Amino acid sequence: MVFEYPVQGGDFTNAGTVSSKVKKMMRQLGVDAGVIKRTIVALYEAEVNIVAHAYKGVITVQLDSDKIYIKLDDEGPGIPDINQAMQRGYSTASPEVREMGFGAGMGLPNIKANSDVLEVHSVVGKGTTVEITNNF
Amino acid sequence: MTVKELAEKMNLKIFCGETNLDRTIEGCYVSDLLSDVMGNAKSGMAWITLQTHQNVAAIASLKDLSCIILVKGFEPEEDTLQHAVEEEIPVLGTSQQTFETAGQVYQLIC
Repeated sequence: MVFEYPVQGGDFTNAGTVSSKVKKMMRQLGVDAGVIKRTIVALYEAEVNIVAHAYKGVITVQLDSDKIYIKLDDEGPGIPDINQAMQRGYSTASPEVREMGFGAGMGLPNIKANSDVLEVHSVVGKGTTVEITNNF
Repeated sequence: MTVKELAEKMNLKIFCGETNLDRTIEGCYVSDLLSDVMGNAKSGMAWITLQTHQNVAAIASLKDLSCIILVKGFEPEEDTLQHAVEEEIPVLGTSQQTFETAGQVYQLIC
């Protein structure tokens, strides 16, 4: 099963909507609760990253019998130094975003800790692709 | 202890979630950083925060938290309330500071 969800940059009102849909879908399919929890932490953080940093994006979710694969493709400023961005505490979020309690530099480390396989590719000035795979 | 018992003992204001107050509180997490809560809170926990925007309800729902406790007299924004009602998350409030609130919750549930 493959699902696609558009995400609008700056739309904090709907941040987490995709994560919520995927969580419900995984529950319906009877996926192990621990895997659901990890996947939702990783997906939510990646979804919020599109909202906080990009102009827009598309989240593709592929659910198989043995794993979930999620690709988050955004059009945005891109990440110049991915290793730096992966470091806990590093953030380029705006003051407004930080005021909401986001942008503490914990997002990407959270994604990494909650993914079995994580791939991040980025082109400055074009956008970023985050791929998360979790096995059941 | 249930959310209802905690609300009664601490005289918390109930903004929404009256029909879900029978949930058992399993621990508590105190943080205003959303990624911190996302990464570290466990299901069933009560969440003490001063953040009032809608993403708080989204996180509480995604993490299966038992309730949200807003401190310092803060009230949930309208869309937070709406989202919390939809997701059946009780949102409670107190005029106390975070320190006193967390201390009382600790004494009551630990």
